[in-house]
Amino acid sequence: MSYCPNTENEQREMLATIGISSVEGLFDAIPAALRATSFDLPEGMSEFETYDRMKELVAANTADTVNFIGGGFYDHIIPAAVDHLSGRAEFYTAYTPYQPECSQGTLQALFEYQTSICRLTGLDVSNASLYDGATACAEAAMMALRVTGRNRLLLDACVSPFSRQVLKTYLYNLDVEIIEIDPCDGALDRAKLTALLDDTVAGVLVQNPNFFGRVEDFTAISEEVHAKGALLIASVYPLSLGMLNSPGEMGVDIAIGDGQSLGNPLSFGGPSFGFIAAKKKFIRNMPGRIVGETVDKNGQRGYVLTLQAREQHIKRHKATSNICSNQGLCALRGLIFLSLMGKTGLEEMATLNFDKAQYAKALLSSISGVKVLPGATFNEFTLLLPKAAPPVVANLLKKGIAAGLPAGDYYNGLENGLIVTVTEKRSKSEIDMLAQALQEVL
Amino acid sequence: MELIYEKSVPGRKGVKLPASDVPTAKPLDPALRRNKAAELPEISELDAVRHFTNLSRRNFSVDTNFYPLGSCTMKYNAKVLENAAALFAPFHPATAILPGGEAFCQGSLGMLHDLGSLLAEITGMDEVTTQPLAGAHGEMTGILLVAAYHAAKGNKAKKRYVVVPDSSHGTNPASAAIAGYEIITIPTAPYGDMDLELFKAAMNDEVAAVMMTCPNTLGLFNPHIKEIADIAHSFDALMYYDGANLNAIMGKVKPGDVGFDVIHVNLHKTFGTPHGGGGPGSGPVGVKKSLIPFLPTPRIVKEGNGRFSIETARELSIGRTANFFGNFGVMAKAYAYIIMLGKAGLIQVSEQAVLNANYIKERLKKYYDLPYDMTCMHECVFSASKQAENGVHAIDIAKFLIDKGYHPPTVYFPLIVKEAIMIEPTETESKATMDAFIEVMIEAAQQAETDPGSFAAMPLTMPVTRLDETKAAREQNVCCAG
Repeated sequence: MSYCPNTENEQREMLATIGISSVEGLFDAIPAALRATSFDLPEGMSEFETYDRMKELVAANTADTVNFIGGGFYDHIIPAAVDHLSGRAEFYTAYTPYQPECSQGTLQALFEYQTSICRLTGLDVSNASLYDGATACAEAAMMALRVTGRNRLLLDACVSPFSRQVLKTYLYNLDVEIIEIDPCDGALDRAKLTALLDDTVAGVLVQNPNFFGRVEDFTAISEEVHAKGALLIASVYPLSLGMLNSPGEMGVDIAIGDGQSLGNPLSFGGPSFGFIAAKKKFIRNMPGRIVGETVDKNGQRGYVLTLQAREQHIKRHKATSNICSNQGLCALRGLIFLSLMGKTGLEEMATLNFDKAQYAKALLSSISGVKVLPGATFNEFTLLLPKAAPPVVANLLKKGIAAGLPAGDYYNGLENGLIVTVTEKRSKSEIDMLAQALQEVL
Repeated sequence: MELIYEKSVPGRKGVKLPASDVPTAKPLDPALRRNKAAELPEISELDAVRHFTNLSRRNFSVDTNFYPLGSCTMKYNAKVLENAAALFAPFHPATAILPGGEAFCQGSLGMLHDLGSLLAEITGMDEVTTQPLAGAHGEMTGILLVAAYHAAKGNKAKKRYVVVPDSSHGTNPASAAIAGYEIITIPTAPYGDMDLELFKAAMNDEVAAVMMTCPNTLGLFNPHIKEIADIAHSFDALMYYDGANLNAIMGKVKPGDVGFDVIHVNLHKTFGTPHGGGGPGSGPVGVKKSLIPFLPTPRIVKEGNGRFSIETARELSIGRTANFFGNFGVMAKAYAYIIMLGKAGLIQVSEQAVLNANYIKERLKKYYDLPYDMTCMHECVFSASKQAENGVHAIDIAKFLIDKGYHPPTVYFPLIVKEAIMIEPTETESKATMDAFIEVMIEAAQQAETDPGSFAAMPLTMPVTRLDETKAAREQNVCCAG
């Protein structure tokens, strides 16, 4: 099935209009020596057989593990309306709203999305989404380099190792010095930051809650960073902002993060969306699409893509970013999710996560020999087991429990560390089961 | 239409959450908590359903309107692909990186690996990474692979330039610049391809890569592509293929056969996944053997026993380009598309896409200037310069089309054609749809002569008429106050 509708008759008529006798003639412009000599692909099939084949693939995954893993992707509830509304074909089969009059649906939704992100982060401006949280870190870092004209970045190593790896890949071929600050007890080493911070630093990247789950107050840090003329960039977990201090309240200049927790399924890692919000004075250095409000000729309110002179299709190599496609539909899901949750629902959901994780943290750390990294946490925390974490995780996985991420894979000296995530979807009995199973394998 | 925020009523709720089955925990220190809840809307589920359903009706889309947006390949997106991708919704990507976790994800890992193999065969490449998240992300990844290749040879400092034709997509020079290169732009010759003599004159051994779109953004296949590749290779510059236009040549030409070393493909264009109002896309990158050592991690490997595993430690890799494994859900749709269409189906796609474009080109060339009058591939580029003499510009014709129920073609791109109107019908449109579109395009051309003044007010049938873009840029109102 190839979804090509034209019958042989119609094709003949079209060829006659063009003045050639066969479709093959249209490819005469391609020199014979350049033509493909093989095309070794399987034969096609019906949609029904295709779906069966996909079901076979899915069956090769193990579906019924109980998830206590996070690391940037979180197993959260998604109201049914999110699927149904984002599944409106008028949304998902449209493209970038280049023609605003016939794209007001997408444009208004993105304006509302930007508003939600601004309100959530406590910052002034947001773009219409980036690819994911990790690439958003890289875009924010490059934004800080542009704004300050400096070329050093300080990274708190408590930021997700995946985000830090992506950032380094982005900057691989640029003349930028990246200095990582090793964690101190699972938190930012503030003394080391102070020692490294000077007026050559473009930006400082932190994460809240960080990769270990630790929640911090960066208010004092933002003052210190600003005193040196640098920007503070914070990667945040948007769902936690139903409870935690917002980046804006802490004086952060650029907030970024991954929007997966806002109504996007795990889907083996994507698609989700990245968000970026900033203080208004940085808007011309933002990457990606931005939707702005305006009026039409009759004075009626409407929405357009704005400040396009930053973008690649106008500025080419001088653009603020190379991004073209973003993750619009996933951002729409985020907006619908936040609209359904609303002001109090998001708080309640954050509280549910916090309460369950606190229950689990107390229970698990009461197991003999198990300690927990100090400090406040939201829905993720790091246990210190009495032995290396990887074999413990492997054993628990065999019992159908994905118990957490072994921290030693990313941090030297934390071979016994296990980063555990507890979302609102985990029941008390599942948490109790984890505790019992952990006790058994230790 | 009101904003969702303007429908908010304090105390109204859209979702009932599950009751807590654990004790209430002691709250965090106030210094760690926000002072004031985020002012999100307070609405019922039905409020949300009406709001977003009505918003959706203010969009043109492939499912509602012919959408011949050039360079974007707005083909029909088969519904079964949505169902296929939804099967994978519950799977956590981090399961795969747990000790012993690969065994739990054989279906997902196998799909990624097999999609890479299928794309490698279609493009004539030796290996494909599916990690890049969109076309431009693939471009950046590809250019970073080029940078790593040159660095490994000790040529990092020497290789400073990337060559692009002036007809290229804006993402090409932007991606190369982000990756640290200076750009050399080569003009297009009167025959519609990159000027070969100027290209030869510009080449030197400081060029790291040449980025080509073939067929180019004029919809023309460059017959000198092999010669260009040979010249580039003689300076140890690598050839980059922008796969945005791959829909034209499946089964006809393999970029890897004609001298390209690295390619990205846009799954959301050629491989039938929906565009989502701006995304998500997916931009897998294929490379020749010489670049395999530099591919991003994690890399999916098929072992001798047929099991799939993840390789993370690779000394020369450029590193990670995305959080986990890329836009997996998009890839699941593209994989289903490829196995459903199969060999004959994909060849038919390219043939019918090219037939449709040439049919429109042939029928409209009496009415619109055709700056490069030759057989096109999957898209054709007209100019409204004739109509512009009467004051009717490409944008005005676009607005005329909106009033007739057609999403306009791409206008003012490529930049090298004045008043460009770039039409890409794709293979999924019927002759009847195209005939009706052609009649409307002819009507626009005629009205441009008989009543040019009528265009300024268009569109008249949409929720808004032409919008004040200057005001938007000046006021920068990008977030609803509150």
